[in-house]
Amino acid sequence: MLKSIHGKTEKTSPLERDEALYLLTDADLLSVGKMADAVRRRMHPHNRVTFVIDRNVNYTNICQSRCKFCAFYRTEDASDAYVLPYETIYRKVQELADHVGTQLLMQGGLHPDLKIEWFEALFRELRARFPQVQIHSLSPAEVIHIADLSGLTMPECLRRLQAAGLESVPGGGAEVLVDEVRKEISPNKIGWRQWAAVMEEAHALGMRTTATMMFGSRERPEDIVEHLFRIREIQESTGGFTAFIPWTYQPGGTELGGATATGVEYLKVLALSRLVLDNVENIQASWVTQGAEMAQVSLFFGANDLGGTMLEENVVAAAGCSFRLTIGEIIHLAREAGFTPAKRNTRYDILEEY
Amino acid sequence: MIDLFHTIRSKIKTGARISDEETLALFESRDLLAIGELAALANRKINGEKVYFNVNRHINYTNICVNRCTFCAFSKGVEDEGCYTLALNDILEKVAEANAAGATEIHIVGGLHPDLPFDFYLEMIAAIRSDNPGLHVKAFTAVELDYFARITNQDVALVISELKEAGLGSMPGGGAEILRREVRDKICPEKISGERWLEIIEQAHRAGLKTNATMLFGHLENYEDRVDHLRRLRDLQDRTSGFQAFIPLAFQPDNTRIPGAKGVGGVDALKTLAISRIYLDNFMHIKGYWVMLGLKIAQVALAFGVNDLDGTVVEEKIGHDAGAATPQALGKEEILDMIRKAGKVPVERDTLYNELKSY
Repeated sequence: MLKSIHGKTEKTSPLERDEALYLLTDADLLSVGKMADAVRRRMHPHNRVTFVIDRNVNYTNICQSRCKFCAFYRTEDASDAYVLPYETIYRKVQELADHVGTQLLMQGGLHPDLKIEWFEALFRELRARFPQVQIHSLSPAEVIHIADLSGLTMPECLRRLQAAGLESVPGGGAEVLVDEVRKEISPNKIGWRQWAAVMEEAHALGMRTTATMMFGSRERPEDIVEHLFRIREIQESTGGFTAFIPWTYQPGGTELGGATATGVEYLKVLALSRLVLDNVENIQASWVTQGAEMAQVSLFFGANDLGGTMLEENVVAAAGCSFRLTIGEIIHLAREAGFTPAKRNTRYDILEEY
Repeated sequence: MIDLFHTIRSKIKTGARISDEETLALFESRDLLAIGELAALANRKINGEKVYFNVNRHINYTNICVNRCTFCAFSKGVEDEGCYTLALNDILEKVAEANAAGATEIHIVGGLHPDLPFDFYLEMIAAIRSDNPGLHVKAFTAVELDYFARITNQDVALVISELKEAGLGSMPGGGAEILRREVRDKICPEKISGERWLEIIEQAHRAGLKTNATMLFGHLENYEDRVDHLRRLRDLQDRTSGFQAFIPLAFQPDNTRIPGAKGVGGVDALKTLAISRIYLDNFMHIKGYWVMLGLKIAQVALAFGVNDLDGTVVEEKIGHDAGAATPQALGKEEILDMIRKAGKVPVERDTLYNELKSY
């Protein structure tokens, strides 16, 4: 099996589900890694490792979804529940602009009162004040929640957000795109078809998006494979995904508890992502959940991008995982591994090589 | 480069040795996964799919040290805040706890204390052994043995035989750092020379004590220094066969005094472990010391030629004073889980690599 899969990856013919499952469950780490590394070098022959200067702004931690894997959300009456005032958000984005940042990743809980007008006014003001910062914000679950709350259809909601300044949508909230898993870990969150529908609509409106996968909670290997193929199939019809970002469930402070995925499991899933998603250009390493050492090793297991510099990150940190890297450290990490570090924007245009 | 990997692959298959030049070329290569494959091949020939661990406990009897190695964040002077020396009773209490928790090994190292007499160490070993006859005591680096010889004005061979008589079972491999003088002059000028380290280890081997060997890497040394270090260890092992495991230690920069040192990247750590496995064909075991590597890299290292994960450790101080972000102890279940999820077979061992239990 390994030999025939290797042959397919060399000829750039797409893998089948049973082949992907074999790689995940039976093949050894280095064999999968070598194939992914070869594909990554073929797709990115310039030897660059990219990153974007960005910031997370979590506008609220009040969330009706209350996912069992999440340590960030609060109920409305919690003593540390919050909604950031516009002025606080402007100040945070100003700090991002001061650091020559180009991407704003604004995500929050599913708040019971924040309707589309709140986001429209905010995005319009952010566009006016910070034209150099791309608003790369709101996951599919938030888009659907805002639409429902505002009496809009999802496409209407997306169009209005886009008109107000939303340029692209991050791929969060995908977790594992298999409803049996979602029922167990996030029973109140949208199903996988709704997640896909928002992405397809965003792509149809000309917005690029990313796709994520949070693994290591309750899913089976088959579910990981299904997730990857669902992303590949959406991409075949829309071509709108810029990057895929697998990251690992962080159990600290969550209702679900348990352990996080090990280093070997992470690298294998990362490499498998590179192999299955031959139609998605970029694979991001998750230094936020894996740490700098593992992120560097990831560059040999299919990853060509280190994601954002994350001047602020709250959600993973709430689960007890708080890796921090400066821009200098990110550049050093890529260079030490033999790559040319390069700053990019959200559209993956290269802004500067180091 | 393809030729290099091809040559080394056939050498591993036929049991031929790789040269220093080839080793240097591996260090300079960027092809991490090809190096890993060679190491995995070399390891599989020796150890199959087995990965060893033990249930052990570290005890650092004092952090007071007359040396001031610049890479060390553990040592203190007698007047310094935070300095400590454990009383014999405290040590025995920790050992009793470990024994009750199923430990098979006590790992004891400490600073070079200005006042403790040699009898303190002899009594410590003898008391541990008499309280816990089943426990293996693995203690003292060559640096400590040299110091004991100096404070007693006697030959190190005599020191070794007295410790052995008191119950010392084997020695760890610390204090090797980088054996080459030019590097030692910069990072540990007061410490014994690399030559003296090798001489004392050779004496220990001749006295029937097994030891490990370490290499502290990722500070001021270059690749040539690492290859030189490996060559000297391989040569000594050819003469004595007294080394059990080689343990590359990733330098931890926090609270140390090496300007500009950044710590070891994941790629360099894996490469160094893998190249060690390929070069040291006369060492049975390459240990991924999880305290310094981090749990994730230590586990990934099992695909890069590493076949030993050390043990449960309990109360690690030296790496943690230098900023190691790992826990101070691991449970047996966690170690088993790490090994299994790497697709390997966990084997609990004793200090001398007798297999106690396969899982």
